Amino acid sequence: MTRAVALLCGAVFGAGLAVSGMTNPAKVLAFLDFAGAWDPTLAFVMGGAVCVYAAAARLARGRERAWLGAPLSLPTRRDLDPSLLGGAVLFGVGWGLVGLCPGPALADLSRPSGDLWLFVAALLAGTAAHRALRRRSPSA
Amino acid sequence: METTFTPWAGLLGGALVGLGSALLLLAAGRIAGISGILGRSLFPAPGDLGWRLAFLAGLPLGAWLTTRATGDAMGFAITSNPLVLVAGGLLVGFGTQLGNGCTSGHGVCGIGRGAPRSIAATAAFLATGAATVFVVRHVLGGAP
Repeated sequence: MTRAVALLCGAVFGAGLAVSGMTNPAKVLAFLDFAGAWDPTLAFVMGGAVCVYAAAARLARGRERAWLGAPLSLPTRRDLDPSLLGGAVLFGVGWGLVGLCPGPALADLSRPSGDLWLFVAALLAGTAAHRALRRRSPSA
Repeated sequence: METTFTPWAGLLGGALVGLGSALLLLAAGRIAGISGILGRSLFPAPGDLGWRLAFLAGLPLGAWLTTRATGDAMGFAITSNPLVLVAGGLLVGFGTQLGNGCTSGHGVCGIGRGAPRSIAATAAFLATGAATVFVVRHVLGGAP
């Protein structure tokens, strides 16, 4: 049951990316290009998503279990550590180079091309590299 | 490449992104952070893989159904050369794991909960993303 719900959630999420045009790297880069022909759409996407999610987070507050019975545990850390900010900085550079972040990259597998596979392969390699490093030294 | 500002499609699509994330939280108790779901599916804990793969498979499924139903209104263009694609993919993969999240986990779920770490991370990747585009397009003057 959890798997079916997860598939549905992913499909609604992916549909949202396609409806909003965030599946198109050119549109994402146009949002980041404040000095060029700026396309503010991404801000509206994030605004719409945050509003809906904020309502859900309010509903979830104080609950101990999700509808399907799993524990509902939200992250509680509040400190800003170097990994958080350093990782975000690196991610931003890669995002600005190509215009793809993980969600749209995977959603775009609905229209695969050699370029997209190259990016996704590198995305997986970068992800696996960090996971492997963290396994070797759990403090990293 | 110039694109068209589409605020209503943006809001509607954003609301769907929020809805999918919200349902995952309320029904399954999970945060819909794509990089986290992806990262932990590469080295999964026992019994923890199925829902992750199901969610990730839903992303292209939903995008495919949408373009089938509505036509390809938004288009699609990757303009980076292969070297930049590899560098970008590595940076996005490594950076999102190091920083514990991406546009979805920090930008939507984290900000939606009002989490200070996510607000800071989102500000940081928006800033370096914009700076990168500025350098590539307006300093180096190249295609992205």
